[in-house]
Amino acid sequence: MRNPIYFTALKTIWIKECTRFLRIWVQTLVPPAITMTLYFIIFGSLIGSRIGEMGGVSYMEFIVPGLIMMSVITNAYSNVASSFFSAKFQRNLEEMLVAPVANITIILGYVGGGVARALLVAIIVTLVSGFFVPLQIQSIAMIIATVILTATLFALGGLLNAMFAKSFDDISIIPTFVLTPLTYLGGVFYSITLLPSFWQAVSQFNPIIYMVNGFRYGFIGVSDIQPMVAIAVLLVFNAVFFTLAWYLLKRGTGVRT
Amino acid sequence: MTYALEISELRKTYRGGFEALKGLDLTVKVGDFYALLGPNGAGKSTTIGIISSLVNKSSGTVKVFGYDLDTQINEVKQHIGLVPQEFNFNQFETLMQIVVNQAGYYGVSRTLAKERAEKYLKQLGLWDKRNERARNLSGGMKRRLMIARALLHEPKLLILDEPTAGVDIELRRSMWEFLTRINKEGVTIILTTHYLEEAEMLCRNIGIIDKGQIIENTTMKALLNKLNVETFVLDLEPITKPPVIESATMRMIDDHTIEVDVAKSAGLNSVFSELSAQNIKVLSMRNKANRLEELFVNLVEQGRESKESAAHA
Repeated sequence: MRNPIYFTALKTIWIKECTRFLRIWVQTLVPPAITMTLYFIIFGSLIGSRIGEMGGVSYMEFIVPGLIMMSVITNAYSNVASSFFSAKFQRNLEEMLVAPVANITIILGYVGGGVARALLVAIIVTLVSGFFVPLQIQSIAMIIATVILTATLFALGGLLNAMFAKSFDDISIIPTFVLTPLTYLGGVFYSITLLPSFWQAVSQFNPIIYMVNGFRYGFIGVSDIQPMVAIAVLLVFNAVFFTLAWYLLKRGTGVRT
Repeated sequence: MTYALEISELRKTYRGGFEALKGLDLTVKVGDFYALLGPNGAGKSTTIGIISSLVNKSSGTVKVFGYDLDTQINEVKQHIGLVPQEFNFNQFETLMQIVVNQAGYYGVSRTLAKERAEKYLKQLGLWDKRNERARNLSGGMKRRLMIARALLHEPKLLILDEPTAGVDIELRRSMWEFLTRINKEGVTIILTTHYLEEAEMLCRNIGIIDKGQIIENTTMKALLNKLNVETFVLDLEPITKPPVIESATMRMIDDHTIEVDVAKSAGLNSVFSELSAQNIKVLSMRNKANRLEELFVNLVEQGRESKESAAHA
């Protein structure tokens, strides 16, 4: 990034990406606010009041961090997956490929756009949650670290998906069949300590458990996973996904003939 | 001597085994206006794809203003502006966003990019549309937008892949004027086209490519000199029977039009003498504008025949 050309190019891609999701705000920013409001009303207020405490706090307080994280995951992933695939499909990705834009700049630009949308949605959902439950913060550093690392990881995931995708169907398969089950089983709605020991062990292989719990720890100071383990897992996954994306883009997989 | 483009032994074999380029050699001088012609599937777009880094080559070397594509790819990219055959901009972005972003990819600051955007969008008659989304533009405007976009980083080599396809005559002529002007200002231009008249009007040098190889690389003048026979269309006062012309091959089109194929060495005097002798009045005459087209077809056919005979030998 020392080369000033790379920095200008990075800024350009990032601005372009942010302009895109802000232009279509009705599709990108409103739906998570509505969906999460429904979750808060149904699971938090109506059903949650009958559940009682979980992890030492009210059920509503317990699910808020998980639901924010769920929005972050979905939005970071879908932003990059659909934007990069559209650029590939409409061939306007060629605008970058013919220019002296480094592969790393393309990755950082798109991922930066996905992270920006995820963070904006996280702020919106957090503000909405304020109408249902008072917000408490135990560790702001943990909140920021987990949300940024998670958004980056799923933005990278969306990029990888878009690179391999050949049709619009291919960018909905992973979210539907992999991401949604992993998120719902990732401790958003329950503490894994409620599960039988076998399923507790199985859950350890679900990376989303680490993200949700690390994030929840930042708010309520309660987690099924050691916070530092959560950060370490996130760092490892980010490093693997980034390396893979960089290698594939260098090879031209899915983007160059 | 440094060339704007120097290609040597360029080969491309696609996955599946199709050999699109079979050792292509090509040089384009600095400041040239060069036409690259060839039938569909000859390898023109593959060649342009490789030069502009959209297609990975199998082997061979490509140099742009002396910079090697393999080792100095960023310098190569900085020197090239590409106008592709198909519209490849984001249809939902405004013209201004498209051109300013493109400049940003080349490291041009937003302030400078906006100044240049004004300059080129004005020159190409698109300034009034700058805040419109690209999808609302007409086909001709979209083509001009792609030219403006390719010029924002002020490249020294502009490559246009069929820039006037589907553009009406009036607009085509204004695009020709624009391209001629920027060529005079020092931009080397390489153009592929199916309109041979366009190549004849604009280009000084020409390369004909067929089946992945260059079969002709010469000046437009030298190429046209290869034509031994030219066809003229003569408008006559109405005649009742076909005239007899012995000095040229004649075809009667209707009762007041004939076409004559005249050998360059023979000249036109004898044709006129013969017509006068038969009391036939010539009202007007024009050159049939498919000279280059015929030559092009002949060259491609000759190239294929010589390859076939070499294969049988």
